[in-house]
Amino acid sequence: MKILVCVKQVPDMESSFRVNAAGDWLDERDLAFRMNEYDEFAVEQAIRLKEQEGGAPDVTVLSIGPARVVEAIKKALAMGADRGVHIQDDRAHEKDPWQIASAIAAFARDKAFDFVFTGFQSQDRGSAQVGALVAEMLDYACATTLVSFDWDGTSVTADRELEQGILGRVRFRPPAVVTCQLNLNTPRYPTLPNIMKARQKELLAFPVGDLLKESPMSSTGKLYPPEKKSHGRILEGEVGALADQLVAILKSETGVLH
Amino acid sequence: MKALLICEFQDGKLLEGYRELLGFAESLGVEASLLVIGNEAILPPFAGRIYLADSAKYNEFDPDAHKRLALAVVDKERPDVIALLHTSYGWDLAPRLAAGLKAALISEVVGLVEGGYEVTACNAKLRRSVLPQTETAVVTLQAGAFPAAGPGSGSPQVERIELPEAAPARIEFLGYIPAEKKDVDLTRAEVIVSAGRGLGKKENVGLVEALAKAFKGEVAATRPVVHAGWLSDSHLVGITGQTVAPKLYVACGISGATQHQVGMRKSAFIVAINKDRDAPIGELADVLVVADVLQFLPALTARLAKP
Repeated sequence: MKILVCVKQVPDMESSFRVNAAGDWLDERDLAFRMNEYDEFAVEQAIRLKEQEGGAPDVTVLSIGPARVVEAIKKALAMGADRGVHIQDDRAHEKDPWQIASAIAAFARDKAFDFVFTGFQSQDRGSAQVGALVAEMLDYACATTLVSFDWDGTSVTADRELEQGILGRVRFRPPAVVTCQLNLNTPRYPTLPNIMKARQKELLAFPVGDLLKESPMSSTGKLYPPEKKSHGRILEGEVGALADQLVAILKSETGVLH
Repeated sequence: MKALLICEFQDGKLLEGYRELLGFAESLGVEASLLVIGNEAILPPFAGRIYLADSAKYNEFDPDAHKRLALAVVDKERPDVIALLHTSYGWDLAPRLAAGLKAALISEVVGLVEGGYEVTACNAKLRRSVLPQTETAVVTLQAGAFPAAGPGSGSPQVERIELPEAAPARIEFLGYIPAEKKDVDLTRAEVIVSAGRGLGKKENVGLVEALAKAFKGEVAATRPVVHAGWLSDSHLVGITGQTVAPKLYVACGISGATQHQVGMRKSAFIVAINKDRDAPIGELADVLVVADVLQFLPALTARLAKP
């Protein structure tokens, strides 16, 4: 069995974000980057599948972006992936989901992966497109937003997360792309010995131009902070005084305090 | 300009979200037609064309078949924009459709801008305008972003859609698993005090519980709080939890990710307590209290206890 895991490196979502000079993406100075949270569940599920199959499956982890994304690849290697693939692209933020999916599909096309795991969406762009687009380009089955994954040797039975706590149960066979929702599993922490071992693992690199031949379907106009609600008030000061002000507002404007 | 709106049918019911799709078409000022993969009994009042495929034959969830049905309708209708809601059904089907059409897909649209659409970025902290580079665009709409159109009137012109040949479903749908019965019904609460990751640790959730008690309200939580095990998932407000609209919603240490906003933004009055005055929850808040939530909550609870 051959498994591909696609991970993205994203800025820490707790950061204060500034827009770059071109106005179309983040100013990356002072930002800390980490593996997209959804992709951690994808890596974990791939490793669990490898373990279930007695360690036989070969797990490749792929990421697209500038040099820094190697850190996300190394984390996946330390979690148990066998090999890393860095598709080098200093301008990855200018690519649309179609182009990112095209580059992944171009890499995967002749490699006969049985499963491709990835996060259901990224935390920064959140388009939730790349996994399903890769499946379409490879003509694989695609199951999205999974919160469970049960492989019986022939097929996978899995639950998709729908809305309001409802699940939809599906069954599918490889080859398939699987997109992972939060809570699919509990991603492991890489141990120090495994971090050391990961340094010896194979790490391949390809310039994005070797794989990407497609033009974008969409482009970013501008990135900007949202407008504040026009009538929203901002209260600042000492907490006792703030509590008095808030109670006064609630008394006059809501029916909940008498 | 023409829009094709792809409705969602779940467990024998047409989901109400189709009215937001109609609201979107109204905002764009374009003529709309609907694709319903369901049955004749549930067709909404609508004075336009409805393409109808039978869910008894094509199932409520079969992405490959639904993609082919939608492509068949696009071929007849030639819409400029194809809209779905950004739901587990919409974000699953939309990329397949966009790939089939070689069309731009713009996900989780929250508004319209010149020449394109507005989407959120970085956990709703930022907005991004996205411009399609193809003649036809597929869009998915964030729930609640466009006003729902009225109930509608008139009887539709129904055109039935069939696929020339059936293909085996690569994703076989086995059925729905209903939500676990909640021990907390937040939908009836007048006041909800909600805990976010900003509380820092499980022990601090007691501050939220004390404030909720002072308001005679209920305690709610965001997904990270439930995920961390600080509160059970019956307290979850958001896309994957309960949708609430109390008279007062107090968001404590909640940054305001989309997942959460969608579940609470219809609250009549929203108070947010956050030390970050740029937190996205500020967009929704009637009052944003810029303070350390661990200091402010006890102060407010004490103030409410005074006669």
